[in-house]
Amino acid sequence: MRVSKLPARKARILALRYLGAGVVTLLFLFPVYWLFMISFKTPDEIYHVPPLWIPGQIQFSNYYVLFKDGDVLAILNSLIVASVSSGIAIVLGTLCAYSLARFGTGGENLAMWIISQRMIPPIAVVFPIFLIYVYFGLVDSYFGLILLYTAFNLPYVIWMMRGYIVDVPLELEESALVDGLNRWEVIWKVVFPMVRPGLMATSVFTFAFAWNDFLFALVLTRTEVITFPVMLTHYFGGQSNFWAKIAAMSVLGTLPIFVAVSVMQRYLVRGISLGAVKG
Amino acid sequence: MADVKLSGVHKYYGNVHAVRGVDLTITDGEFAVLVGPSGCGKSTLLRTIAGLEDPDSGAIAIGGAVVNDLRPRERNIAMVFQNYALYPYLTVNENIAFGLRARKTPEIEIRKRVSEAAEMLGIGNLLQRYPRQLSGGQRQRVAIGRAIVRKADLFLFDEPLSNLDAQLRDEMRAEIKRLHHEITTTMIYVTHDQIEAMTLADRIVLLRDGKIEQQGAPLELFEQPRTGFVAGFLGSPSINLIPATLKTDGPVAAVVFQSGGELKLPSAKAMSLAGAQGREILVGIRPQHFSRAGGGPLRNGVVSYSAVADLIQPTGTRTFTTIKIGGVDAVAELQAHDVRSHGERIDLAIDLNRVVLIDPVSGVVIA
Ligand SMILES: Nc1ncnc2c1ncn2[C@@H]1O[C@H](COP(=O)(O)OP(=O)(O)O)[C@@H](O)[C@H]1O
Ligand SMILES: [Mg+2]
Repeated sequence: MRVSKLPARKARILALRYLGAGVVTLLFLFPVYWLFMISFKTPDEIYHVPPLWIPGQIQFSNYYVLFKDGDVLAILNSLIVASVSSGIAIVLGTLCAYSLARFGTGGENLAMWIISQRMIPPIAVVFPIFLIYVYFGLVDSYFGLILLYTAFNLPYVIWMMRGYIVDVPLELEESALVDGLNRWEVIWKVVFPMVRPGLMATSVFTFAFAWNDFLFALVLTRTEVITFPVMLTHYFGGQSNFWAKIAAMSVLGTLPIFVAVSVMQRYLVRGISLGAVKG
Repeated sequence: MADVKLSGVHKYYGNVHAVRGVDLTITDGEFAVLVGPSGCGKSTLLRTIAGLEDPDSGAIAIGGAVVNDLRPRERNIAMVFQNYALYPYLTVNENIAFGLRARKTPEIEIRKRVSEAAEMLGIGNLLQRYPRQLSGGQRQRVAIGRAIVRKADLFLFDEPLSNLDAQLRDEMRAEIKRLHHEITTTMIYVTHDQIEAMTLADRIVLLRDGKIEQQGAPLELFEQPRTGFVAGFLGSPSINLIPATLKTDGPVAAVVFQSGGELKLPSAKAMSLAGAQGREILVGIRPQHFSRAGGGPLRNGVVSYSAVADLIQPTGTRTFTTIKIGGVDAVAELQAHDVRSHGERIDLAIDLNRVVLIDPVSGVVIA
């Protein structure tokens, strides 16, 4: 790009903008930075007064402890539960959404009713669900958590995907039907490629929902399938908090979402803005 | 190759009766154009043939076999849509091959047919592009290419040219006509554009409110319309309709305009009007049947008429001139230099041999 001489006034405004953006970025990134730093510090450094900006040396003993004691299994549990449940919700939800969008299943109001299920405050239903789970022996099982997160994510997936599917030009599907595809092939070869950005964005959100859920995981798990957020609470003690573990675990817990968002970033922007236009 | 036979086809969308009892036979290799104003049921009828809509009653047969219960993909038809329906995530090559892949055609055969079609349509150099990198006309060619590689029994087109600008539309129209000469497959083509219908069709099927108003060869419909609707729909500028009263006296007949003045009808017309004295009619005169009077003796059935030129619209070859006749505005299509200025008095000759006389209530052409 050719660097042209900007008029002084424009240059000043631009500089101010960058300054503003820089300040905001620093402000937002600081807690993340602090978290990472604590996770690399020794106990002495953590409690050092005045606080140390950078640990004396990068050491991984805080992480080592998590692996040695098996605490990281909570991350694995979360990964399994979140990915399986959002996978199921995405597949089932997209098929439901297709039916709503293309066959008008349930008339005008079914879609609205479905999304209204998502408005229920979780705390209002957690105890009835707990009782049901106890009755059916689902407490503290992968199956129980996966079932629950799938159920909670389905309305969201259906709602979002219905919007994306409605926007796929009908002619594309009809042309494929005439050209020799059956309905399932049309969904796979025409609808899926067309809604892929929306699908990616939606799956990041469903994954994040299951990943971040604390309430249900707390009530519905005991020892077997403790998830990452619940595990984290174990480090907050009555007497003292295990800051080293908290920081290291938090870093590990942030990574999957971080990876998911960076991989999907391209789709996320497009997917979310697609939905924003038509909705 | 196949003929198409519709009998008693009805289609409702809720309360909307979109197709109201259509009987239609299209012979093998024919180019049939379904034409009519927007909303008259053309697309619905075409989609019913494709199997994209189920008729509420009636039978559809392709190549002699009733296909009502067959899915679109089982009917061996190819269809070109108004918005091209190209898959944006596939290259031109993959778009054209799409239908062949869906039918598990061997790759060698696919490659051969795609390059043949690309050759025929002059898009060989675009095969690796994506649809978004093409112009409207190129997209249209790709859409047609996708249809022709299929070697289907029947081609359906739903307003394929309506998104193109005027010049490109003329070009593609000629190309589609040439295509039909080359591949001679039965084609059914939907348009609301009467010029497209006239120029492309072996047979025009003119629809109105879900029913066939009239069908036949283009010039047959143009010259012998059975109703005022047909007369008015075909032709540009459209036919002039002037209210008048019939005056008959033995073998002689004339139309008398309400604002005064009368035109004597040719004897061929007069014969069929015996006993219609005093009947109210609309006189339909096409703009092309006006000409500047040369001063010599008038041919049989041609009458003279003097009028004042109002609006003058030159097109280069012809000049459309608005005049008053029988108290209403009428358009006369004259030679480019026949009329010079607004307000000029001109002597016209009107060829009444092909005048149509329409019953104003029923809309039926009576002579
Ligand atoms: N999917 C549909 N639902 C309801 N009414 C429809 C639908 N498709 C078409 N119609 C109605 O049926 C009539 C014929 O439509 P169509 O066949 O698309 O007309 P054309 O193609 O001649 O413009 C119109 O009145 C239209 O509003
Ligand atoms: Mg239409």
